Amino acid sequence: MNGDGTSWGGLPAVSQTLYPVRNRTHPLPPVDTHMLPYGLGRSYGDSCLNHMGTLLTTDQLDRWISFDPASGVLHCEAGVSLAQILELVVPKGWFLPVTPGTRHVTLGGAIANDVHGKNHHRAGTFGRYVREIELLRSDGSRTQCSRTRNARWLRATIGGLGLTGLITTVKLQLRPIVSRNMEVEEIKMTGLKQFFDLADASDPTHEYTVAWVDCLATGAQLGRGIFFRANHSETPSSLNSDRTRSFSVPMRAPNWLLNPISIQGFNALYRNKLRTDCHLATQDYRPFFYPLDRVENWNRLYGKRGFYQHQCVVPRDGHEGAIQELLERIGRSGQASFLAVLKLFGDHPPEGLLSFPRPGVTLALDFPNRGESTLKLFRELDDVVMQAGGALYPAKDARMSSDHFRQFTPALDTFLPYVDPAFSSSFHRRVLTPS
Amino acid sequence: MRTTLLIGATSAMAEQAARHFAPEGDRLLLAARDTERAAQLADDLRVRGAESVTCFTTFDASNSDSVQRLTKRIQEVEGTLDYVLIAHGHLPDQEECEEKPWVALRELQINFLSTVQLCTLIANRLEKQGHGTLAVLSSVAGLRGRQSNYIYGSAKGGMNTFLQGLRNRMAFKGVRVVTLLPGFVDTPMTSGMEKGPLFISADKAGRLIHTAMTKKTSDIVYIPGFWRWILLMIRMIPEPIFKRLRL
Repeated sequence: MNGDGTSWGGLPAVSQTLYPVRNRTHPLPPVDTHMLPYGLGRSYGDSCLNHMGTLLTTDQLDRWISFDPASGVLHCEAGVSLAQILELVVPKGWFLPVTPGTRHVTLGGAIANDVHGKNHHRAGTFGRYVREIELLRSDGSRTQCSRTRNARWLRATIGGLGLTGLITTVKLQLRPIVSRNMEVEEIKMTGLKQFFDLADASDPTHEYTVAWVDCLATGAQLGRGIFFRANHSETPSSLNSDRTRSFSVPMRAPNWLLNPISIQGFNALYRNKLRTDCHLATQDYRPFFYPLDRVENWNRLYGKRGFYQHQCVVPRDGHEGAIQELLERIGRSGQASFLAVLKLFGDHPPEGLLSFPRPGVTLALDFPNRGESTLKLFRELDDVVMQAGGALYPAKDARMSSDHFRQFTPALDTFLPYVDPAFSSSFHRRVLTPS
Repeated sequence: MRTTLLIGATSAMAEQAARHFAPEGDRLLLAARDTERAAQLADDLRVRGAESVTCFTTFDASNSDSVQRLTKRIQEVEGTLDYVLIAHGHLPDQEECEEKPWVALRELQINFLSTVQLCTLIANRLEKQGHGTLAVLSSVAGLRGRQSNYIYGSAKGGMNTFLQGLRNRMAFKGVRVVTLLPGFVDTPMTSGMEKGPLFISADKAGRLIHTAMTKKTSDIVYIPGFWRWILLMIRMIPEPIFKRLRL
């Protein structure tokens, strides 16, 4: 597990002091440097790093407070991971209302990044299900924030990148299930048009939708891939788990491992795993939601230079062209990696002042770090995103410009007064320093 | 229903061990110094599935009257005591102990005498009921005196010998006496130390403690097992050489 003060993308290590928060009633440490809460280090870029500062590590803030199996309201400390929550609540017939693509994130991190999942079109973001939080600030104050009390602090803290203070405890509303299983449909997709048709058709019928696209495809093949849609199974079945094995990548792979040829090979294999145009299956929730969690430390496959993730959202109306242009540029560059995900967001208003998800279509993909050529491609992509009126996801970012960040974040000036004067992050300083 | 008593329950290793007893539906009794932290732990263990949780606070091992009050409350517990873990302790400032004998004596009270006081009555109770497991958190530091922490080491060494004798006495009484010998564990007690590859997490230590108590393994359990071999080597060094080492 990542718990050592690094970020998931494998950026160069920064100089920072780790301070474990061991108890929710403890005060913040009396340090002179700026502080930043740190969970499991699954943010890709520098939003979870604090160069020359203190990281408040929260993995020991993992106690339950109460769980009501009748209403599905869970009250616990903010360092609890989504994996720990699932282990506790699935056997009791409850599930996370929203989950990202890994369960190895803390509750505090899920709130601070207002994470989204494959059900965004129905459920909105994680922050919507947060009933209450306790926020510990550097002035020693503890504020209970909910929709009815101190609601503006809740709005600032959801998606607030850990800058408004330390979340110590959380009350979360879960959703009921009768089975651990998912009814999953996989459909071969030949192009972007088909993606939008499938997404529109599936939104009313399927709680979860997402597509994998082959980013190396260009021209007539552009946007080919696999469309996934799923619902929780409604056939009651055992809720208890059998242990699944996971594999671990023991060390950083050589930098050349993921090159255009090996990635092309992977994509061809992955695309052709569907023998027919459509495939129906019942599977456990874990391989459906968390296929990559089976490979611990998969980020090491990218080698010592690490990798970047680029995730953007562009509004849909009149801008289907933007996604096409992004895919074309990525395809031409030949730099993309195998994890390319396309998803249509729903129309929910943002939960937090800095929340990333907004109506439109989101594209996320990994890029091995090839230095300047990768950064140049990103600048081109950022311009496309900006012209389309879109945004980039801070949790995945390690290099967007200050100007772009301000453009992407209309509520920034409303947010800044809520930042705790003793809190900061490498990301925060980078994007707020005019370039 | 099983009853498990944890003394020093809010210590990092005992808390982690308790998390393994709770889902088995135990009745849990927690003795701790800090009332609020004990209440937090009790809530957590209830959510994890404990049948019931009772807290005995405020237990202060440095005060023999407080230890006496705790033993009295334990005597009043109805039903059987199936598993008992004694886990409280304090890592002294060795240099301060060398300057101030009364500090050394207080450390011996916390790390050794209080345990003798507790074990004596608890062992008698287990003997009477004819079954039960009494496990005590000692330390590999008790296996050879070193200049860097021999006050702590001698308390744990005394404890190891005491438990040996008690185990011998209980051998045919159906009572198991387990000496737990952790090496370096990442807990608040060791927060001032530089963390090296020999450190394990409190979470892992808790799991090993639970296994040592509930599975009929060995009575003297190193946590984790590789410390057996490290200590075997350390104990084989002849004293004329050992006394010259900076350990």
